[in-house]
Amino acid sequence: MSTTPNKDPYAATSRDTTEGKVYTVTGGDWDTIVGSDDPLHHEKLVINMGPQHPSTHGVLRLVLEMEGETVTDVRPVIGYLHTGIEKNMEYRTWTQGSTFVTRADYLSPIANETVYCLAVEKLLGIELPKRAELIRVIMLELNRIASHLVWFATTGMELGATTMMIIGFREREMVLEIFELVSGLRMNMAYVRPGGVAQDFTPEAVEAIREFLKVMPKRLKQYENLMNGQPILHERAKGVAYLDVSGALALGVTGPVLRSAGLPWDLRKTTPYLGYETYDFEVPTETTCDVFGRWMVRFHECWESLKIIEQALDRLEPGPVMVEDKKVAWPAQLAIGTDGMGNSLSHVAKIMGQSMEALIHHFKLVTEGFRVPAGQVYTAVESPRGEIGCHAVSDGGTRPYRVHVREPSFVNLQALPAISEGGLLADVVAGGASLDPVMGGVDR
Amino acid sequence: MADEKLPHPADDEPAADAKPAGERLPQGRDVTEGPADEKVYPGHAAAGEPDALPVKHPTDSIDPLQAEAELDEVVAGGAVPTSVPAEQGMFGVHGSGDTSGMGGLVRRRPLPVPAERPYGSYFDETVDALAEAFPQFHEAIEMVNVDRDELTIYVRPRFIAEVCKTMRDDEALRYEFCSSVSGVDYLGERRRLHVTYHLLSMTYRRRVRLEVAVTTENPHVPTVTPVYPTADWQERETYDMFGVVFDGHPNLTRILMPDDWEGYPQRKDYPLGGVPVEYKGAEIPPPDERRAYK
Repeated sequence: MSTTPNKDPYAATSRDTTEGKVYTVTGGDWDTIVGSDDPLHHEKLVINMGPQHPSTHGVLRLVLEMEGETVTDVRPVIGYLHTGIEKNMEYRTWTQGSTFVTRADYLSPIANETVYCLAVEKLLGIELPKRAELIRVIMLELNRIASHLVWFATTGMELGATTMMIIGFREREMVLEIFELVSGLRMNMAYVRPGGVAQDFTPEAVEAIREFLKVMPKRLKQYENLMNGQPILHERAKGVAYLDVSGALALGVTGPVLRSAGLPWDLRKTTPYLGYETYDFEVPTETTCDVFGRWMVRFHECWESLKIIEQALDRLEPGPVMVEDKKVAWPAQLAIGTDGMGNSLSHVAKIMGQSMEALIHHFKLVTEGFRVPAGQVYTAVESPRGEIGCHAVSDGGTRPYRVHVREPSFVNLQALPAISEGGLLADVVAGGASLDPVMGGVDR
Repeated sequence: MADEKLPHPADDEPAADAKPAGERLPQGRDVTEGPADEKVYPGHAAAGEPDALPVKHPTDSIDPLQAEAELDEVVAGGAVPTSVPAEQGMFGVHGSGDTSGMGGLVRRRPLPVPAERPYGSYFDETVDALAEAFPQFHEAIEMVNVDRDELTIYVRPRFIAEVCKTMRDDEALRYEFCSSVSGVDYLGERRRLHVTYHLLSMTYRRRVRLEVAVTTENPHVPTVTPVYPTADWQERETYDMFGVVFDGHPNLTRILMPDDWEGYPQRKDYPLGGVPVEYKGAEIPPPDERRAYK
């Protein structure tokens, strides 16, 4: 490095290694960087993309082998966001597990919590109250819309539509506000708990969801006008990152990516849970197997989710949102106070002032938790990214013996080499985005 | 030294009946103890257990088939887990200090039991179809368990890839989709490392769980990636977290942990780690060292 005072500190540097010349590039025009170099020296180029790169959706690292602009080899490197969620859960109670799984795939926390809670409930052999089931469905579908909105926003931006970025996040904000109104938190809510949900919808929350149902169709139409016919999107997305049904099934790919190849496999229809078989909705599919097909599938799924939310809202009737069994229902009445969510003042007054038994019971449930009969189960729900599964093992104690989350992000990301090798470098971005990997879920 | 048969290499203190230096091996092991000692290595847990197998050494050069055959003799009868140790007490306090009266409480983890015919649901059909399509069924299948409306088929490790192929291809089975591959460490069992395969039949809308169990000394399982390419990363994760070696896997490297990581974090004897936290003057130990209900 020269010490000339006006030299650009961010300019590319290069050094020679036994493997060839290594450039460190943080921006600028590729031609000016390697233009002076003998082209025979770099017939094969290895590019490291990430783990800090705006278009890799988090800390994903890709090692790309290139010949010219063509990608010949892609190796995804993951693990940068590994936080040991599954190991940590083994040291907490079953109820606290909700707080951990929600942080895995942070764009669809409700799906993570629901699949985990369904597993715990299956181990316990308990059945949900009707209202808790409906609330879960509403929250799941709101979450699906929020997650797809983030996908439209980020993918739109990566394909050159910065307006999509702004308006996608604008509408997602509406969903997060509903989440805050319902649970007190915008993300990582731990709202779904074994046995039901943490607390009931308030009338304001129902009103906000109704309002959302009125606003969202207009906004979806806006997107349609803005994006779906846009020539740049068509150019960047059509015929890119091709993956057909047999390829998707072999690689374990589920969700919108599988449905963009024409197979209407949606767990809400094929192996229903939470009463999904009673709702009237379609499973949108495309047959193009490409990025544009995945765009359209996610787009139409938002419409279907709105339909489901409306039906579920109409069915809401007053009732408990947690199982009646006081040995499972954790712990009493939560309410939003001035300092966030916590136990309602009336409950605190009761256990502290009137009933010693209630205090003991509360203490035991919170510190010890409930025991879950020994055994193992696997449950699966349709998250915005595909089949999220939970393999939960109990040894009969108050803590999970082992919980494994089958993350659709993790499994789908395996398909990245298959859909991007042989294509152009720019299509790795489009193809990677179309899989919608969330690194919190990939690495857990 | 608790165990007289196990002279520790570091234990150099001459005993009353100390032999001349020439009769001792360089690392301090006494040659007069005879060749039986050859198979015992200080520091390996298997040495102290009365029913433990003579462990050769946990290396890759071990013949998996032979080792498994030896193992089969020990666990004759077949049901996967044969015994588990009992847990004592309730609050994680050992020795003195537990004044709760729960110190004498003994709990044993219940073992999965073989299911009896009829299994119910589609389970009979699946097991029958597998028995018909897979010629070595009785040799390969250790146990069939039905619990909470889920079917678990315990498979001998060396057959897992072939069983998976049959499960995928047979017309009456058609488990064409592998949902999940992961591990469970049943610490205390002889074959403590279990690998579970959750298969899904999209044709019949059915699910089944295959499970294999191996020891930590010989943690070899054939890979199923040729049958289900989706198992690639999931087997890598299972290797990364549990140390199960999937023979024939195209690229069995660590995936979530750094490449140079030592140990297998999801094993039950691997500590959680963490640092004590001070809050308002009181020090809270890390989660795995806190007093807790067991």
